Amino acid sequence: MTKPDQTRAPIYEALEHFRRQRVVPFDVPGHKRGRGNPELARLLGETCVSMDVNSMKPLDNLCHPISVIREAEELAADAFGAAHAFLMVGGTTSAVQSMVLSVVKRGEKIILPRNVHRSVMGALVLCGAVPVYVNPECDDRLGIPLGMRLAEVERTIRAHPDAKAVLVNNPTYYGICSNLPGIVELAHRAGMLCLADEAHGTHFYFHEDLPLSAMAAGADMAAASMHKSGGSLTQSSLLLTGPGVHAGHVRQIINLTQTTSASYLLLSSLDIARRNLALRGREEFARVIQMARYARREINAIGGYNAFSRELVNGDSVYDFDETKLSVNTLDVGLAGIEVYDLLRDEYDIQIEFGDLGNILAYLSIGDRPREIERLVSALSEVRRRFGRSRAGLMQQEYIEPDVAVTPQEAFYADTQSLPIEETAGQICSEFVMCYPPGIPVLTPGERITKPILDYIRYAKAKGCSMTGPEDPDILRLNVLKGVR
Amino acid sequence: MELWFSEAHSPNVKFSVRVNRQLYSGQSEFQRIDIFESPEFGRFLTLDGYMMLTEKDEFIYHELIVHPPMAVHPQVRDVLVIGAGDGGVIRELVQYPEIEHIDLVEIDPLVVEVCREYLPQTACRLDDPRLTIHYEDGLRFVRTPQNAYDLIIVDSTDPFGPGEGLFTREFYGNCLKALREDGIMVNQHESPFYPEDAIACQRAHKRIVESFPISKVYQAHIPTYPSGHWLFGFASKRYHPLRDLDEVRWNLRGLHCRYYTTTLHKGAFYIPAYVEELLKNVEAAD
Repeated sequence: MTKPDQTRAPIYEALEHFRRQRVVPFDVPGHKRGRGNPELARLLGETCVSMDVNSMKPLDNLCHPISVIREAEELAADAFGAAHAFLMVGGTTSAVQSMVLSVVKRGEKIILPRNVHRSVMGALVLCGAVPVYVNPECDDRLGIPLGMRLAEVERTIRAHPDAKAVLVNNPTYYGICSNLPGIVELAHRAGMLCLADEAHGTHFYFHEDLPLSAMAAGADMAAASMHKSGGSLTQSSLLLTGPGVHAGHVRQIINLTQTTSASYLLLSSLDIARRNLALRGREEFARVIQMARYARREINAIGGYNAFSRELVNGDSVYDFDETKLSVNTLDVGLAGIEVYDLLRDEYDIQIEFGDLGNILAYLSIGDRPREIERLVSALSEVRRRFGRSRAGLMQQEYIEPDVAVTPQEAFYADTQSLPIEETAGQICSEFVMCYPPGIPVLTPGERITKPILDYIRYAKAKGCSMTGPEDPDILRLNVLKGVR
Repeated sequence: MELWFSEAHSPNVKFSVRVNRQLYSGQSEFQRIDIFESPEFGRFLTLDGYMMLTEKDEFIYHELIVHPPMAVHPQVRDVLVIGAGDGGVIRELVQYPEIEHIDLVEIDPLVVEVCREYLPQTACRLDDPRLTIHYEDGLRFVRTPQNAYDLIIVDSTDPFGPGEGLFTREFYGNCLKALREDGIMVNQHESPFYPEDAIACQRAHKRIVESFPISKVYQAHIPTYPSGHWLFGFASKRYHPLRDLDEVRWNLRGLHCRYYTTTLHKGAFYIPAYVEELLKNVEAAD
């Protein structure tokens, strides 16, 4: 077999060819190359609306790819070192959910770190699988969840030998990686599959100074968020599978929930982004790494801020660290991360990725330039000068061990009642409570509500974190299971 | 042969200068740099196609960005100049013997090199022993010094492209920190006339007002800049540009200027009603 030609972009090329054919559209979409919606055409531009077309013979069909989409998937698989790659148009959420739905069904167990993305919990509600949580180590000084310790994973596997899969964040939102090759080995030895949520790790595939990618580590499936560090359009993503996974089965699972009108804007953006990464990814990410290193040095020179990085690496709960995640602890400046996040936006017109209680995260990518880095660093220096306080009075976030009373699916569909939040201690929650950002569950359906959890919710709310999930948007009430304690 | 340099002053207005010949064209890491020779304005420098200075009218800009603060502050010893790779600001500054040190921070070494070769009229004093040239981002440079300068002159390009960072709140805040307690910052403040420029002008003013206790705007007429009506900002921690103007002291220096006089100094701060309103709108915003 000849080596796939990464300079090709089959979907993009087919669209270009199709455009030149000047085919008369008597199919959907009804805007017909934008003519039916001139305001939209003006906003998005002629090129964009004329590329918004439907699946058809020359452009293939995402539900059952046989020509250009299939070629694009083969090129993506080659670029990422996977046995198969699926182009996804429902966000990395759909990639993560398809991954979970492919490996567990009702009543089966899946081992997860607590700091999984909410999309995983959604998949569990859909399929009825049972979550088994591994306590991620916590860094008390920084107040962030770390990776899973290998011994913890091993203990959990031994305690639940019937589990079907282990899911790993590679990396976490903060850039922290668990020992993925070690976990893969443990899982495989126990006859389990290993899945990786690589929503924040697409770039790992393209530079050797970055942590090991899931496919290179031997994981069976990975959800890689191309639209985050990969440069494709928002909502486009990749699901990668290793040699031990039956691609036809995964395709069937994907088709359960995926649209039958996949957007060619998203598909072509995946195609072009993959080509760019395959051809220029290494030099581009080398530049991003250099910028991140420079920004860390400059931020740490301001004083107070701790732009942490690879010094956290301890061979276990922080097996590796993604330097491109510019995560900065703000507690010694006397400000909560969320306060710095707000100040940067309101006072300095700088939008960063998130702020939690003790940290902020600035997302660096192939689109960044040194001049914007200078602005961020200078603004942080000004935030400290103008708003810095002494450290006292800041609570740090802590890991609260979840008590899974019933499965997420059972709880989600159970008869429930709404109670004032302060009366819910001891009850079983039927909703999600997320502290967003960073989007780590505080409560998920089926978990027992405890006093430390209620204290945490009250505090995070007071600090300005956006708490989402419950039916009551102000979170003054929570839905709990009726008659179950 | 008809050879013209043209620059869009607004999407619907074009300004053109007849050119005899192009003396230089080059691309640096940051921008495209061109030098032309024209019958009307002599040699002129453009960056990314935007007019920066001409030999004929640069005196207006350079005199007005330097002498007003020098006529107000009683004792300027240390000066920080951001941008100004053409050397015009330095040429004016070095006439003051009490200035002990000048830091010039220019992001683009090629601008200095090209100006030294083709624009000796402005670059002529870049070898003054009191001057240190730093080739780096102005926003970065000003982050570290504290309480170190009596005067900061921000001779920036426009608020898009490499000069963008010099119109930000973090930059003005850092300037405040870098100035001594009676320090003055003077900046190139864009034009109030065409809508796009006026927005930039308002934004800059808003951010300076938020950072400095005293913030005034003064004007000049610069034929080759969009609309010909140009503003400068005078921001300070203590001195008022009119109440603290020391006319006698400045006039006794016997400096020769072609635009600046202490009488003009007073007049320059009396700005048109529509400009006053433009600025007041953002002052009141908070």
